[in-house]
Amino acid sequence: MAFDSFSAFIAMDGHGPYVWACYGVFFVAMVALMAGSVRSRNAIIASCRRGYETQADKSRVASPTPSATFTRVNIPQD
Amino acid sequence: MNAETRPTVRLVRSSVGALAAMKGVFARDMKVAFRQRQDLLNPLLFFIMVVTLFPLGVSPEVSFLQEAGAGILWVAALLSVLLSLDHLFRHDFDDGTLEQLVLQPQPLFLLILAKTMAHWMLTGLPLVLLTPILGVMVHLDGNSIAVLCLTLLIGTPVLSFIGAIGAALTLGLRSAGVLLSLLIIPLYIPVLIFGTGTVAAAAEGAPVGAYLALMGAFLVLAATLAPFAAAAALRISLSNG
Amino acid sequence: MWRIFHKLGSPKWFFGIAARFMPWLLAGGLLLLMAGIIWGLAFAPEDYLQGNSYRIIFIHVPSAFMAQSVYIMMACAAVVTLVWRMKLADVFVKAVAPVGLVLTFLALFTGAVWGKPTWGTWWIWDARLTSMLILLFLYGGVIALDRAINDEKSAARAVAVLVLVGVVNIPIIKYSVEWWNTLHQPATFKLTEKPSMPAEMWVPLLLSVLGLYLIFGWLACVRMQAEILVRERRTRWVKTFVTTGKV
Repeated sequence: MAFDSFSAFIAMDGHGPYVWACYGVFFVAMVALMAGSVRSRNAIIASCRRGYETQADKSRVASPTPSATFTRVNIPQD
Repeated sequence: MNAETRPTVRLVRSSVGALAAMKGVFARDMKVAFRQRQDLLNPLLFFIMVVTLFPLGVSPEVSFLQEAGAGILWVAALLSVLLSLDHLFRHDFDDGTLEQLVLQPQPLFLLILAKTMAHWMLTGLPLVLLTPILGVMVHLDGNSIAVLCLTLLIGTPVLSFIGAIGAALTLGLRSAGVLLSLLIIPLYIPVLIFGTGTVAAAAEGAPVGAYLALMGAFLVLAATLAPFAAAAALRISLSNG
Repeated sequence: MWRIFHKLGSPKWFFGIAARFMPWLLAGGLLLLMAGIIWGLAFAPEDYLQGNSYRIIFIHVPSAFMAQSVYIMMACAAVVTLVWRMKLADVFVKAVAPVGLVLTFLALFTGAVWGKPTWGTWWIWDARLTSMLILLFLYGGVIALDRAINDEKSAARAVAVLVLVGVVNIPIIKYSVEWWNTLHQPATFKLTEKPSMPAEMWVPLLLSVLGLYLIFGWLACVRMQAEILVRERRTRWVKTFVTTGKV
């Protein structure tokens, strides 16, 4: 251990704010980058799943019923 | 613009040599530019205006201007070349001439070399010619002005060559102008450093031959490599369609 | 040989391999980085010149080293994109550029904060700081160009050209900035060139560099997986992966 006490470790002979600011920003940035990457990957997986489900729903609904119906309308000619 | 002001590129037959094709492209670009003189004047006006801003914005004192003058002129020249780059391929892209150029049997990078040289004749060279007047206005001494003109004479073609890559990459994109500056300015830094550094060395009375030779090396490097990169970028941008 | 090459080019194959290696990369990276940092912060001896502020080195040097090597890796991938049109190479460039940007920013930030107690100022136009700043601009340009082009294939190839132009320029930029620096100010402090660094200092430094390297590998895998999923979302293997979790 290079320091006598925990408070000396935090103070770092007056250089504490600089050292801890650096480490703080480093960790915040790295954690944000890592968490953001994982989250966006998972979001893509989720959106793919939703896409497949709606596709499946559509094909299930669409197949038994005809896609469009026509009814004859009589328009009086005169 | 109407069709009369823009002579179409004469489709060169494959029997015509590459040199003749380059000559044709060069002559055509000059002709087009001289039919639209405003496009020629705008970068020059911009150059003068940017230089004017510094005495007004920072300090009109002779000592400051003498010290910073070369830097101011170089930065202003760099910015006005950057401004003019948008025209390098844009009009030809819009009216389809560029696609014809890509389809020519002659190697594309040679044609781009010719186009870039025309671009330099139309923007870089006038800037160099204007520099002595502005140099006097920022109180540079005669020797510094001469060296400054020399560095700009060697440096502005480098700016045009590197810029051609950026112009080719951003062709046909939205907000191409800003993007072009973002891509190109970092690559301009060495030219700027050596351009102003040479003038600073000359002001201290040091010999500048070595610096000028180094800038010449930049020019050779840019002239040989940049047209290849620009040709590749142009093909990509055109296939983007 | 060619079979391996073709396999390497296949996004599906990479996806599976990445999934297998990622836990190890993450665990190893975190372990090494933490070990290096804790050792460096608490146990490494104080520097006789700079006092405790030198402890920033244990994150500054890894970030700066990675920032530069990521650009070199991107340039290698760019060559592969242009020559062999391998899909994975441009997935790599696209996935990794923002990571490089963040690492460059971290190197600059920690350098600036380190400069305050050492040089008495946040920023000096030192050759290294300036060329790192230019590297930051290069990363920014790559990301901006990639975002600006809608078509995936053209974006990949345009970005590859830009990265290669940048990598040709990096030595020129570095050299010119160093020359400019000596022209403008006589030699200042050299940050890392101590006569000799005791083992208690360089071993933790090495550990944290390796740790960050592995974490970068993990990050690249995660981001490449995401990009691959977007590009291949219409294929059958993505569908089975999304619904069953198996590749």
